[in-house]
Amino acid sequence: MKRISYAIYCALFCFGIMSMSQLWAAEEGASKKSMELKQVKGEEGKVSTANVFNRLLKKDKARNLPPPEDGVHDADNEGTHVLQPPLIAYEGLPKTDFGNYVDWVQALQKGYLNPRYDRVDPTVEPLVMDLDIVREVKASVPDVVFPHKPHTQWLHCSNCHPAIFIPQKNANQINMSAILLGQKCGVCHGKVSFPITTLSCKKCHSKPKPDNWKPPLSSASVKNPWR
Amino acid sequence: MNNIKGYVSRWRVAFAAIVACLAVVLIPQSSTAEYADVVINNYADAAGMRPAVFPHWYHRIRFRCKVCHADLGFKFKAGGNKITMAKIIDGQFCGACHNGEISWSVENCGMCHSGIPGTPTSIHGSTIQRLVAPTYKSLPSDTKK
Repeated sequence: MKRISYAIYCALFCFGIMSMSQLWAAEEGASKKSMELKQVKGEEGKVSTANVFNRLLKKDKARNLPPPEDGVHDADNEGTHVLQPPLIAYEGLPKTDFGNYVDWVQALQKGYLNPRYDRVDPTVEPLVMDLDIVREVKASVPDVVFPHKPHTQWLHCSNCHPAIFIPQKNANQINMSAILLGQKCGVCHGKVSFPITTLSCKKCHSKPKPDNWKPPLSSASVKNPWR
Repeated sequence: MNNIKGYVSRWRVAFAAIVACLAVVLIPQSSTAEYADVVINNYADAAGMRPAVFPHWYHRIRFRCKVCHADLGFKFKAGGNKITMAKIIDGQFCGACHNGEISWSVENCGMCHSGIPGTPTSIHGSTIQRLVAPTYKSLPSDTKK
């Protein structure tokens, strides 16, 4: 009984030490970083090592891990070790900063990839339509340009029309909330095609507002009796 | 003598505790699965199988979206296709290619059913997963349909 309680104390103590040492290592790493950022001369000891950039920023996750290490595949399963690690497949493909970290559209357009458009026949060519749709955005962010070309290179018209988008001007109400919740563009973007991050806004919001554009006044301002 | 023996075994216990702590610290806390990997666990867990994991990246290198999502009738919804092994053997869904002709056939159970048991149906790295804490909350409009 005594021994068990001793073991528990030991475990707690070790855990404490572990977490302390982790914190300490993090602080040390941070202070090294701060040294890199600004070479402190002279009396370093007197200056706090807490003054670093991005103290609370999440650490970068390891990218494109092989299946047994990715946290979804079961490493105890034999088949998991037969599966191809993604990094082998991505070699030589154009890169991005989000999603799979591969620019799939560029990879296709530059001919690095030639996925089949038909299940069995590799010679079938996709039905590509080159038509850009400009959608004016009420807010001050750049207007959206929807390019049909890269979409039709991957997809068929029936994938989007008419279930997700009615093929008619001004018939579709789209907003970022709906997209983030997985509707409209969000049926694919944010799940399989490039995700919605602050790095990817400009991929859709790509047409600058005209020079004379002014943000519309809200009704609260227009109807303000004190004006 | 006895005292020393007891002392040594205590340190062994302590060593075991350190190993346990290390294991806790070093085991990855969250999944870092490839973007758009789909875990499908509609029926697998209940049938005593590991959930199936579908890697979008592997398939899009070989096929355009249209092949599965227009020709084969896969809906754009993780877990929304109600795929069963009977349908696959019948040549529907995955079985359209995983038939031993275009790709390896269904006797390679562990290559699809490779997920960690108990993982819920979800699509990995999705924006909604990042913004909303629980994995894959369906919208009320989805249940109406």
